[in-house]
Amino acid sequence: MGEMKKTRVGFGHGLVDAGEKNKNVVVLVGDLRDSTNVNFFAEKFPERFIEVGIAEQNMANVAAGLSLTGKIPFFTTYGAFATCRCLDMLRVTICYSNLNVKIGGAHGGISVGPDGATHQALEEISILRSLPNMKIIVPCDYFETRKATLAAIDIDGPLYIRFGRENVPVVTDKDTPFEFGKGVVYRDGGDIAILACGVMLYEALEAAHELERDGIDTRVINIHTVKPIDETIIIKAASECGAIVTAEEHQVYGGFGSAVAEVIAKNNPVPMEFIGVQDSFGRSGPPEELMKAYHLKAKDIIGAVKRVLKRK
Amino acid sequence: MNPFNLEIEKLKQKALDIRRDIITLLIESQSGHSGGPLSCTDMATALYFNILNHDPQNPGNPQRDLNFFSIGHVSPLIYSLLAESGYFPLKDLLSFRKMEGHLEGHPNCLHTPGIEVSAGSLGQGLSIACGTAYGIKMDRTERRVYCIMGDGEQQEGSIWEAVMFSAHYKLDNLCGIIDYNHRQIDGETEDVMDISPLTEKYWSFGWNVYEINGHDMNEIVGALKAANDCKGKPSIIIGHTEMGKGVSFMEGLAEWHGKPPKPDQGEKALAELGTTYAEWSERLRNG
Repeated sequence: MGEMKKTRVGFGHGLVDAGEKNKNVVVLVGDLRDSTNVNFFAEKFPERFIEVGIAEQNMANVAAGLSLTGKIPFFTTYGAFATCRCLDMLRVTICYSNLNVKIGGAHGGISVGPDGATHQALEEISILRSLPNMKIIVPCDYFETRKATLAAIDIDGPLYIRFGRENVPVVTDKDTPFEFGKGVVYRDGGDIAILACGVMLYEALEAAHELERDGIDTRVINIHTVKPIDETIIIKAASECGAIVTAEEHQVYGGFGSAVAEVIAKNNPVPMEFIGVQDSFGRSGPPEELMKAYHLKAKDIIGAVKRVLKRK
Repeated sequence: MNPFNLEIEKLKQKALDIRRDIITLLIESQSGHSGGPLSCTDMATALYFNILNHDPQNPGNPQRDLNFFSIGHVSPLIYSLLAESGYFPLKDLLSFRKMEGHLEGHPNCLHTPGIEVSAGSLGQGLSIACGTAYGIKMDRTERRVYCIMGDGEQQEGSIWEAVMFSAHYKLDNLCGIIDYNHRQIDGETEDVMDISPLTEKYWSFGWNVYEINGHDMNEIVGALKAANDCKGKPSIIIGHTEMGKGVSFMEGLAEWHGKPPKPDQGEKALAELGTTYAEWSERLRNG
């Protein structure tokens, strides 16, 4: 394993990049300045930083109100609160009005670790995918999170960026292009396609490496933009590989895999397997142990590939 | 500068016209809320026709004041205010809640000019107003922000998050207005979930409070102007009103919160307001 960095630090640095590029960028936080890493922005642009306190519902709509004055607000808290606690605000005010509000969803996934289920956001994609006008980015590493955060200020309307707490492998670099809405083939192959978002991209690449030893030629695609999803790259993968495994650090019901399945079912049905949290809450534990316990590791992806290939 | 700047007597006449609009469009739609729009008419009329610096010909004017109706269900009133102001033709009011029109049951800002933000889920408007007021302060401009709230929605927790926020950040460009008609769907606010004492609550959160008769135009305009001059803290105008004001058989009755008058009831209501359905719908149709 190479370099490890936190995606939340990528978000924090991305906010500073965005603040430097556009003076209308404003950041709000609900008493989580350091753990969401908006502290970098707060130190650099204190006049554009708003502490809202522990009042997430108010924070979401204060951001909505700010957007009406031409600001580009990012409201930031743990993903569990940003989506579940603020859902009515996201639905009725922000999405129904199509306001230019960005949401930084920290602590995404089970890898949050010891804080346990209440703080391990596993539902954001399922919830947000059902809101018209909402866009969702789930970056794979530090650099991609930083680039997605900067890119967000040029994408009009509500947009959610999901990132995690812990150090995770760096699989891109500062020069890797980031294009909103476009999936990226990280490894070409014709036997099976693994489509991943977030930190699961690394696990997918690890799995592909192992599968190569068994003679299985694996395509790995990074789908950082979960909504709107890149239908073209998915349909191509289905037709050329004939089977698909999706991988997400998220509930499988209604999540990233479901989004891929909708495209597949509509255009080119092929066998699929879904790696993700299987309809259960998380629990406390070391992040790496949790990833194993919830079957979110490369070996689990390998198992899914072997199962799906039998149905091809 | 308000584009109409109506004097008190003309404000009273405009409020009467708006009540006629409300009843007429409800007769036409046979769906929608009666009680709240009528109780809130006088305060909202004073705001739109004497106080608010708005620009009906250019709804997105970047110099405008903003008003947020946190109570989206008073849409008959909202649409009448906007049509009477010139945001869209009066005849549009006759398509309220219909597929062919742009006037949703609860307002959609993407469909209807003059609506700042879509609304319908209670307890959200004040937070939005806070954000806009904060953004205007960041821009160091003099624009003002208003938020018209219901009394029942004071039961929502998010209101009090916003009340705390606006006092903390000294948003003196923000003025809230509460239509305190003491009625909500399930009955009297005192019985459903008592929100009193509102004056003391807002005062203790650090707000400047005006408690007025929400049907007295002199008191309403006076409070709105006084709020403009208050520095260092947000202002709230608590207007004591009567649900269904202006229509005798609706006044004070919670049952009129969420239903329209049947055509014969509507005709009776319009008679009390000095017109008929034929006359007033004709005025709208030609407007």
